[in-house]
Amino acid sequence: MDHNWDFATIFTNWRVYWVGLQATLLMFGVTVTLGMLGGLLIGILRYIKHPAAAWPARAFVEVFRNTPVLVQIIWFYYAFPILTGVETSPFLAAVLGISLNTMAFSAEIYRAGIQSIDKGQWEAGKAIGMSFTQTLRRIILPVALKRVLPALTNRGIEVFKMSTLASIVAYNETLSQAKLIAELNYNPIESYTAVAIIFFVVLYPVVQGTYALERVLNRSDR
Amino acid sequence: MSELIRVENLHKSFGTLEVLKGIDLHVNSGETLVLLGSSGSGKSTLLRCINFMETLTSGRILLNGDAIGSETRGKITYKESDLCKLRTRIGMVFQHFNLFPHMTVLQNVMEGQLTVLGRDKAEAAEKSMIQLTRVGLADKAAEFPSRLSGGQKQRVAIARALAMDPDVMLFDEVTSALDPELVGEVLKTMRQLAEEGMTMICVTHELGFAYHVANRVLFLNEGTIHEEGDPQSVLRNPQTKRMKEFLEGHALFKLPE
Ligand SMILES: Nc1ncnc2c1ncn2[C@@H]1O[C@H](COP(=O)(O)OP(=O)(O)OP(=O)(O)O)[C@@H](O)[C@H]1O
Ligand SMILES: [Mg+2]
Repeated sequence: MDHNWDFATIFTNWRVYWVGLQATLLMFGVTVTLGMLGGLLIGILRYIKHPAAAWPARAFVEVFRNTPVLVQIIWFYYAFPILTGVETSPFLAAVLGISLNTMAFSAEIYRAGIQSIDKGQWEAGKAIGMSFTQTLRRIILPVALKRVLPALTNRGIEVFKMSTLASIVAYNETLSQAKLIAELNYNPIESYTAVAIIFFVVLYPVVQGTYALERVLNRSDR
Repeated sequence: MSELIRVENLHKSFGTLEVLKGIDLHVNSGETLVLLGSSGSGKSTLLRCINFMETLTSGRILLNGDAIGSETRGKITYKESDLCKLRTRIGMVFQHFNLFPHMTVLQNVMEGQLTVLGRDKAEAAEKSMIQLTRVGLADKAAEFPSRLSGGQKQRVAIARALAMDPDVMLFDEVTSALDPELVGEVLKTMRQLAEEGMTMICVTHELGFAYHVANRVLFLNEGTIHEEGDPQSVLRNPQTKRMKEFLEGHALFKLPE
């Protein structure tokens, strides 16, 4: 096997990747925010045993957890406009697909976290006169969130990488941009390797940061 | 002595299981009541009905002479916000402490004052330190609960309840989860509270505490108050067969006097 490595064209086209990375980061920022916040809300609704709240939340989770994100993105791009008459841009279609999927998964993480908290904590809050929401916000969630932070970090990493799925509707994120370079310069190995490197370089320090955060949050356990 | 709490014909069922079958009791201001009864007799359920952690199946509860809840056409309804307010006036301490693990001792004691009573930080901190001093733990204010012994945790839990300035304190087997050598410090704190005039209802298996501290002892059996009276006579000369058996069970491994 001898392959003539051609990374030179990657470097000369760094602006193309830069545009892609910015789009990837934008996609990640929007989807991770919507996904994690929406998931918190749905996770709480899942936890509350009130039928009017729990049932729709359950249905939502099952639908979006058990269908492929790629299919959802395609569906929102091609099918949704035909059915509703509302046009969806590649960006919007990808945001919808990835966010809804993230909400479904993170909702289950949050719910598991809330459920893992000892029932005595709810009682202690209640006994000093705190309402359900006060207890949830002040007593239950701080501990539950700390407990599920590793699982959420995992989800976050997944969300970041899922942004590449937006390339299916030609949103100009990093993978789409790499495809451009590969087609122009006939160097798919280098251009796609570059994508992998970019993702690693961005993700690795962020993940290290969350480990540090976990250590800080675990102070009260020692 | 004024009557602080009155329970009238209280019934409580879980599904088809009737746990409380018509309880009547009253507690005067400054009095210490001890509730005895074998496991599963409904002691916890009774305490939890008094501060409405459980909904009553029927009957009513009066605090300072005022019936709790609003009655329309024979049916009593309770508003959750009213119950929250009510619970600030009724302190409760649990068997397993239930301290908030992410907060320091001081924050634990301040929490209810800040979020429920709306006191400002300085005032809440000051009141918290008073209560922590009262239970002998002022020097632990900055610690997290995980660093405390069981007895210390329970005294923090007592301080947390006291910081709400309750009219009455409920204790549910607060020494049952403690190592034997730590029981004394918690009982001592409770005794001191009783002597300072706090109104208390205590579920406990510590007969010595009942004997020396209680003004009255109630024996709960099969969902009713089976026997009651002042501790000296009830504990020394029980009138009913069930109470006798219960006390003998407790005395079985006592050293002869
Ligand atoms: N939330 C609940 N749902 C169903 N049954 C319950 C519930 N809480 C208590 N019970 C039942 O009610 C009965 C009385 O329970 P309770 O906890 O009041 O007893 P107790 O006298 O405090 O006992 P122990 O000394 O073991 O604490 C028991 O049979 C118990 O199983
Ligand atoms: Mg009990």
